[in-house]
Amino acid sequence: MGQSSQQAPGRYQLSQLDVLEAEAIFIMREVAAEFERPVLLFSGGKDSIVMLRLAEKAFWPGAVPFPVMHVDTGHNFDEVIEFRDRRVAEAGVRLVVASVQEQIDAGKVTEPTGRWASRNRLQTAALLEAIEEHGFDAAFGGARRDEEKARAKERVFSFRDEFGQWDPKNQRPELWSVFNTRIDRGEHIRVFPISNWTELDVWSYIERERLELPSIYFAHERRVFERDGILLADSPIIQRDETETVFAETVRYRTVGDLTCTGAVKSTAVELDDIIAEIAATRLTERGQTRADDRASEAAWRTASARATSRACAANTCPAARRAASTEHAPATGPSSHHFDPGPGKHEQRHPAVRHGGLRRRRQEHPDRPTAV
Amino acid sequence: MAYRYFATPKRTFIIADTPGHIQYTRNMVTGASTADLAIILVDARKGLQEQSRRHAFLTCLLQVPHLVLAVNKMDLVDYSQERFEQIKSEFADFASKLDVCDLAFVPLSALHGDNVVSRSEDMPWYSGPSLLHHLENVHIASDRNLIDARFPVQYVIRPHRSDDPELHDYRGYAGQLAGGVLKPGDEVTHLPSGLNSRISRIMTADGEVAEAYSPMSVTLLLEDEIDISRGDMICRPNNAPKASQDIEAMVCWMTDARKLTPRSKLIVKHTTRTAKVMVKDLRYRLDVNTLHRDEDADHLALNEIGRVRLRSTQPLFVDEYAKNRQTGGFILIDEATNATVGAGMVVKAD
Repeated sequence: MGQSSQQAPGRYQLSQLDVLEAEAIFIMREVAAEFERPVLLFSGGKDSIVMLRLAEKAFWPGAVPFPVMHVDTGHNFDEVIEFRDRRVAEAGVRLVVASVQEQIDAGKVTEPTGRWASRNRLQTAALLEAIEEHGFDAAFGGARRDEEKARAKERVFSFRDEFGQWDPKNQRPELWSVFNTRIDRGEHIRVFPISNWTELDVWSYIERERLELPSIYFAHERRVFERDGILLADSPIIQRDETETVFAETVRYRTVGDLTCTGAVKSTAVELDDIIAEIAATRLTERGQTRADDRASEAAWRTASARATSRACAANTCPAARRAASTEHAPATGPSSHHFDPGPGKHEQRHPAVRHGGLRRRRQEHPDRPTAV
Repeated sequence: MAYRYFATPKRTFIIADTPGHIQYTRNMVTGASTADLAIILVDARKGLQEQSRRHAFLTCLLQVPHLVLAVNKMDLVDYSQERFEQIKSEFADFASKLDVCDLAFVPLSALHGDNVVSRSEDMPWYSGPSLLHHLENVHIASDRNLIDARFPVQYVIRPHRSDDPELHDYRGYAGQLAGGVLKPGDEVTHLPSGLNSRISRIMTADGEVAEAYSPMSVTLLLEDEIDISRGDMICRPNNAPKASQDIEAMVCWMTDARKLTPRSKLIVKHTTRTAKVMVKDLRYRLDVNTLHRDEDADHLALNEIGRVRLRSTQPLFVDEYAKNRQTGGFILIDEATNATVGAGMVVKAD
């Protein structure tokens, strides 16, 4: 339990953001002290922007003692790449780019083709190859436990074997703040210093620290088209069919990623305050439904699923997931779903992903996100 | 074990949701290690079960500062005050054998929402707070140890910047306070050397601070040059943890791949310090259901808890777990597999 951000903390009490920051800094220092070659995964997205700032703080006035790595699908928003390069230069860290395009060109992976083509699944191969090539033994990711149900059981230090695989049965218990960092050669650990942050914490921290974000996070006019309830950017790298007409809309993105499958949401939020207000408003509404817990939590998980869906390319979706995705137009809520949660058993039955047998993984195949439990 | 997050306007919460069966004892121990409060759910029809007692014991072993016994399904016992009082007194009897800091009882019907968020109309005899009200208002600020200053050194920051005279000789000791309060000007002792110095400045990336307290992550600068590295401890001269190689602890064994036996060799990680240890003696194995001590036990298997004597290759700077969970807790690691195989709570150190 932390103090609320709404209450002024008393003497010898830290605000919730300060507690989270202190914990993340502790974790980063622990990794820098105990691993030989850590790397910080940096996509230019909001979570990795927070992570880079935390790394700067952890070692200040010294330099960040590890490089950053971008797993580049080649399907980028120009604004994000421009931001990435500028921010990395400002931080004075080395940038390693693990390129999916290079993997495709070298014939190491096959690019999916067709209308539903996406490079999401190819990211993992590029990441693992780069980890091996550079001898990285720890990779910081910005994943949070509140992001989706499958991550709720993830550890802060997530052990990967020599094939880069995550075995839920072979994870280490984490007691107090004592982390077991021991690995053998060839193995590595993914470390998630902001595991305990919610989406609202991330946005509040961005505001407090006045962190710059790529412009696509804020409302802007963009030429888009609609596919299965998701607004996709009009771009030469996405194949449209003739029924998918392009129109101008005022939108923003809640995540950055592969342009071919990252959905925009309609929004007029041009300032951080507006975005935080959108998230906080949704959170209040959900919390207001305390009696309809079951319905609220299903709705929340559907929203969570929808968010994952909007990023998981349509190739992996099904009608049920597409229906869920239509709730995406609601103002952004973290799937943080701030409400009482009756527990895993019940949810798993209700969760549309589980209930629908034909559905494969709808979540985005993101390299710093572990596989679902 | 799954972590879940929710917030109310007053507080934010993380729920560590652990299964209750005895084969998940290690999960419960893990979840309890960082908890501020534990809720034990009892079915009003069934009353206290073996597992309710076990959970209460584990909560106390891990020194969770607050415990709530939530008596659920009150709707199925006609919201009977008598039934509630019966369970309450039975539990209070049991709890008197344990070291429970703060205990509260709430009669609930989760199905109908009685006393979950708002007070129940069906139980006018209950004058206490709803469960959520209790969670929002329970006083946790005093649970941290603000008396005994403990600063395990985590990382030495040396910018090596020859272009900046101020940074050229900068040597900062980075870490997270595990207890107490430190201020610039404070006289401090370094362990293991026993040398004294004074704090010149306490730095963060956001500027200097006038005082640092748990759980702040800060960087200490000292007036004197002392050889200090990761795994060392900075504390106050008249209030130091025990520097000891002989430690007695309650250990929960967490693997089925091997057993803990006398002469077992393991790795210990305690705060930021790692050393080798040997199990000198298993004093007894504790039955977590009956609290019976089996002094003839010759091993601990998965999920078993016992009192163990350990000898380490180098001194650890420990407090009793009851005094400080950070400096009193440690993990045991298997040297061959790198698995975390045990969790220990220091009882005493010689």
